[in-house]
Amino acid sequence: MNKGFARGFKDGIPIGLGYLAVSFSFGIMGIKYGLNIWQTVLISMTNLTSAGQFAGIGIMSAAGSYLEMFIAQLVINLRYALMSIALSQKVDGKFKTPFRALLGHFVTDEIFGVAVSRDFEITPKYFFGLAVAPYVGWSLGTLLGAVSGDLLPAKLCTALSVSLYGMFVAIVVPPMKKQKNVTIVVVIAIVISCIIYFQPLVEISTGFSVIISAVTASAIGAWLFPSGRALTSAEKEGETNE
Amino acid sequence: MSNYWYYLLVMFLTTYLIRVLPFTIFTKKIKSRFINDFLAYVPYAVLASMTIPAIIFSTDTIVSAFAALLVAIVLAYRGCSLIVVALSSSATVLVVDLVMSLFFSCL
Repeated sequence: MNKGFARGFKDGIPIGLGYLAVSFSFGIMGIKYGLNIWQTVLISMTNLTSAGQFAGIGIMSAAGSYLEMFIAQLVINLRYALMSIALSQKVDGKFKTPFRALLGHFVTDEIFGVAVSRDFEITPKYFFGLAVAPYVGWSLGTLLGAVSGDLLPAKLCTALSVSLYGMFVAIVVPPMKKQKNVTIVVVIAIVISCIIYFQPLVEISTGFSVIISAVTASAIGAWLFPSGRALTSAEKEGETNE
Repeated sequence: MSNYWYYLLVMFLTTYLIRVLPFTIFTKKIKSRFINDFLAYVPYAVLASMTIPAIIFSTDTIVSAFAALLVAIVLAYRGCSLIVVALSSSATVLVVDLVMSLFFSCL
């Protein structure tokens, strides 16, 4: 039971609540971009991405080409491929192809973040449980946002959308606390991300920026700290790294 | 819009295949220590690079964004749950932006 559906569902509730808040603003944006309520909700139900969805409705309303839509979605969401590969190492033997084909739909940043931070192998039941609240939250929040339209003040929407970043911090900080090597990788990723953002030479989209930062930082981490050995504070004082 | 269904199809298929193809192809445990270490860092590197610097420009004032980030980090460091961290950062944005707009409207 404690690796099964019920545990998964419980672990997913905070994500679901966060998604409820954040998808609200997407619901509002969908209507603003000229979609009706069900079109907006359907986008959330079939995509389960935040950045990708926002980019998508922008392209729809600007009547961009299907190729443009494809490339935008590809670039912005490419990180999920990395996550899927990482997740494939974390799932147990029961996670056969049919499960992967169905449950793979639910690989989101937060669901992935929680799943890989478990200290047990992920079963299909656990993963499905984990995905329920987020999926309901994301869809329902979109519906509520689309329905309430302009009723919510802009300041509230802005504040709610920050909860997405809050969730990211909640996933990233605890491992940083436990392992110095994770902290170093995170700092490198942030530095690269900022350099890309602020450099004046070439405009790099968010999708590529995330991939470049994450891949570089993770590669450096894997190279600097072989065998994934955690660096405790005590070790850091005395030892030099290879 | 009449093209909606085609757009939706493109969005759905692209996103779905990006997630599912690697997930279904990589079925065996990867043996390489380097790749395993690399993959272990990916989630944190991805989320970190998505958050900073994007969060700084996501609110009405940079001050509230920094405040929200700080609150989130402190609460996460102290072991608060996902939802507490998330909603606290939202609340921080609300409060700080409110204070900022009151402060500046008095000048």
